[in-house]
Amino acid sequence: MSNSLDSYLVLSGLLFAIGTFGFLARRNAISMLMSIELMINAVNLTILAFGAFVAKLRPDAAVIALIVIAVAAAEATVGLAIVIAIYRNRKTPLVDEYDSMKD
Amino acid sequence: MPIGDSIPLVGVRWDDVLFVALAATLLGSAVLVVTMRDIIRCGLALTVSFGALAGIYALLGNPLIAATQVLVYIGAISILILFAIMLTQTKNAPVRLVFQTQAWIAAGAAVVIAVVIAWTVLATTWPAGATRVFTHTADIAHKLFSDYVLPFEVVSVLLTGAVVGAVYLARREGDPGEGKSREGDRS
Repeated sequence: MSNSLDSYLVLSGLLFAIGTFGFLARRNAISMLMSIELMINAVNLTILAFGAFVAKLRPDAAVIALIVIAVAAAEATVGLAIVIAIYRNRKTPLVDEYDSMKD
Repeated sequence: MPIGDSIPLVGVRWDDVLFVALAATLLGSAVLVVTMRDIIRCGLALTVSFGALAGIYALLGNPLIAATQVLVYIGAISILILFAIMLTQTKNAPVRLVFQTQAWIAAGAAVVIAVVIAWTVLATTWPAGATRVFTHTADIAHKLFSDYVLPFEVVSVLLTGAVVGAVYLARREGDPGEGKSREGDRS
């Protein structure tokens, strides 16, 4: 099981689906950011699984995964800063109460 | 004393046992992240899922990425998220509903995505080797500093920009006295 590419890809697909559900369903903005982290991790797992099983991609996949991790760190930093800035103005972390542009 | 390739008497390979245990930990804690009520516990479950994923990276033969995962995700991003949670929790207005009203549609969409991905993966014959192969860190270093040196530099600029942008976005606006009065309101 640990020696087949399919099991890793299915695992990352499941992780991505869980992240999707969290992003669509949660009300808290930080929960949505955590779900985005789960989805980014699922993508990284896919990249590394292909790198481990396909000989042509071996060092490239690890390099790409490193770059993805760095970009995800930057995304998390800016995303959390935006959430904190909005929270300071609106006094709530719930995204369905950010409705001042609705009308 | 070497413990061998598979569990004695049972004949199950250690790698498979590790994979199943780590995958179960990963998916279980990920489900907890998106379903638990208390958001601090969600953050801690997220840390557990990052750790399980680092174990899977090590199982895939990528110790450098596993170490990076522990350093960056468990060490930095989890702490950042926990701090952001603590900065944005409201005591006077407790969260009654964790989920949006359309959460059932979201669950359906997630199930559809999972089924489609799993189906696609299992129906495709990938040009993959029969077994996973260890990735040498020296190869990664050679690749990173020859072919991928431009993305490497761009990422460093991006990280600098992200840090500056985060400080700009999260700083208090207006005069410094405003912050003091807000602290007074809370107590």
